[in-house]
Amino acid sequence: MIDSNSITMLSIKNLHASINGTGILNGIDLTVKSGEIHAIMGLNGSGKSTLAKVLAGHSAYEVTQGTIEFEGKNLLELAPEERARAGLFLGFQYPVEIPGVANTQFLRLAYNTIQSQRGKEELDPLEFDDFVREKMKLLDMNPDFLDRSVNEGFSGGEKKRNEILQMALLEPKLSILDETDSGLDIDALKIVAKGVNQIINKDNATILVTHYQRLLDYIVPDFVHVMQAGRIVMTGGKELAMELETRGYDWIGSDQRNAKNRLTAGAHA
Amino acid sequence: MSAVLQSLVNQPYKHGFVTDIESDVAPKGLNEDIIRLISAKKNEPEWLLTFRLDAYRKWQSMTEPTWQNVHHPKIDYQDISYYSAPKSKKKLTSMDEVDPELLRTFEKLGVPLHERAALAGVAVDVIFDSVSVATTYKQKLADVGIIFCSISEAVHNHPELVKKYLGSVVPVGDNFYAALNSAVFTDGSFCFIPKGVKCPMDLSTYFRINTEGSGQFERTLVIAEEGASVCYLEGCTAPQFDTNQLHAAVVELIALDNADIKYSTVQNWYAGDENGVGGIYNFVTKRGLAKGVNSRISWTQVETGAAITWKYPSCILRGDNSVGEFYSVAVTNNFQQADTGTKMIHLGKNTRSTIISKGISAGHSNSSYRGLVRITPTAEGARNYSQCDSMLIGDQCGAHTFPYIQVQNNTAKVEHEASTSKIGEDQLFYLSQRGIGAEEAVSMIINGFCKEVFQQLPMEFAVEATKLLSFKLEGSVG
Repeated sequence: MIDSNSITMLSIKNLHASINGTGILNGIDLTVKSGEIHAIMGLNGSGKSTLAKVLAGHSAYEVTQGTIEFEGKNLLELAPEERARAGLFLGFQYPVEIPGVANTQFLRLAYNTIQSQRGKEELDPLEFDDFVREKMKLLDMNPDFLDRSVNEGFSGGEKKRNEILQMALLEPKLSILDETDSGLDIDALKIVAKGVNQIINKDNATILVTHYQRLLDYIVPDFVHVMQAGRIVMTGGKELAMELETRGYDWIGSDQRNAKNRLTAGAHA
Repeated sequence: MSAVLQSLVNQPYKHGFVTDIESDVAPKGLNEDIIRLISAKKNEPEWLLTFRLDAYRKWQSMTEPTWQNVHHPKIDYQDISYYSAPKSKKKLTSMDEVDPELLRTFEKLGVPLHERAALAGVAVDVIFDSVSVATTYKQKLADVGIIFCSISEAVHNHPELVKKYLGSVVPVGDNFYAALNSAVFTDGSFCFIPKGVKCPMDLSTYFRINTEGSGQFERTLVIAEEGASVCYLEGCTAPQFDTNQLHAAVVELIALDNADIKYSTVQNWYAGDENGVGGIYNFVTKRGLAKGVNSRISWTQVETGAAITWKYPSCILRGDNSVGEFYSVAVTNNFQQADTGTKMIHLGKNTRSTIISKGISAGHSNSSYRGLVRITPTAEGARNYSQCDSMLIGDQCGAHTFPYIQVQNNTAKVEHEASTSKIGEDQLFYLSQRGIGAEEAVSMIINGFCKEVFQQLPMEFAVEATKLLSFKLEGSVG
């Protein structure tokens, strides 16, 4: 959904990040505007998930160079919870289990925290229950999800649906969905994609981090970026994902030796 | 994240004030004269003095236990004052006569006394240093035949009951600290629920040590007759002193046929400062006798304070089909040490016991679970389930589990599960990514960890325990 009135939401310039002294991101440039859907693809170890975690502020990673602006603010100065409250959402590849904490309690605390940040009304447990049940219908979720401990004993598909439920509740400006398709069978994938598509609008933006093109059949990206060795080495439209599906990633490696071969279909990669 | 947490950890202990009330303090030291003095001050009958002196003589021949996993400098028992009472001109007959300074103290502590007690529907007995100050709701309870008063009052007004049950579950020579308590106990609560009566409200005792250099030795006795039931709550605080203070209490519970006693404690004695200076030594003997058939004794404890905790609330399951339960959360931070657990002694047929213990260690602290499950030859068909989980916060603390299982009847079924985990960076990151601040995140994870125990607590206590835990641990992560 590319719109001429869209505003720049995220601007990453020359981003370098490392973990325990090992460089993982080696100069990322990426601009995301409102209303856009970007897919970041690449082989395992190319740095896709690291980029997602760095954006969310995971403390294990150190940003050694470069800048990240989110709606004009320096994102790197914000703690993870401040980034979340500013409207940045990370859908986890491996959602974390929190034993003994009822899902509904967790969801309501997260929801109310974000609501109060936005100066909006918080919901008491009863109001929230009605509200969350409505949202759960979007994802074909069984209401007993609410009483179970957060992600504990959830199947892979249930965990991912729970992530998207959180996205639906928190209405983030920028959602980064890290391998949301992994571990999902085709039916679950369709449900999750349907949920995401209902949340996406012209005022928010989405980054899909994925290994396979499969997800992109259901959530159609405006841009596809290919990562390799901690850099974005190629950017194209949705057809690039198709090409990757048929040709694999190897050919990019050889083409990339000529930096000028970089596709720039997106114009602002 | 750590800066926020750092400031939180430095929050002062909020119960650390001293109340300026004139106290009647006995000279330091312990000998037969001091015991006679205590007994005389309290105008006690001869049999109780004999009880005390017997205990004192036994105590003299005993040595402090050394098997527990805690370390502290040797205690000089002659450097402690064994009696400290707020000076009061006359016997109090109503709340209005209580020293207003004292009432303000309880207000600061948040004790639901007086009108607030009425709202909360809790009957409170308050032990200040050594003397019971006020017991609310006495009349209302008396109407259904329940006796709830200080143990000193009970000695005078119901001597036959006290004489019958005092020391019947924890004999005077049971252990070093129990013997000391039996010799010098100055007050405590007494509760008697007659046959067939379900106590209409939760009963509550609030303990506070106020005077520096004094020890607190309270004695609690709860008796539930046939078919009776009661839910009893106990809270504890102390002001902040650099010296260590001794708290050696004894609690005895007796449940007759079909009786049910639920005893909950939220312990928040002063724990010492962040360098381990000062704090209460909490050496407590708590034991319940499930004497009758189908009786039930249930202990729930949330131990957050004290420099050292040495405490094993136990159940002797004598009646057939009797049930013993122990639910515990023990939190240690800084240099606190806790060695706590339970004993379940199965004597009767088809007796059942459940142990759920949650230990949380942070800072440089050390927390040990120590529990004994003994199935005696007569305990046909006995069952026990034990679960001990430890959570570590940081890498300077320790958690230990010492389960002792003795089975002498081959029809018994005993299960033990244990786990140790570290509070996860991943969990904290996940919650923070949803906008939840560090303190709330820690609190949520810990409360989830302790859920099985907290759900045993009465509502107001559960709320207090939840807050207390967050308060104790904020700042330990980051």
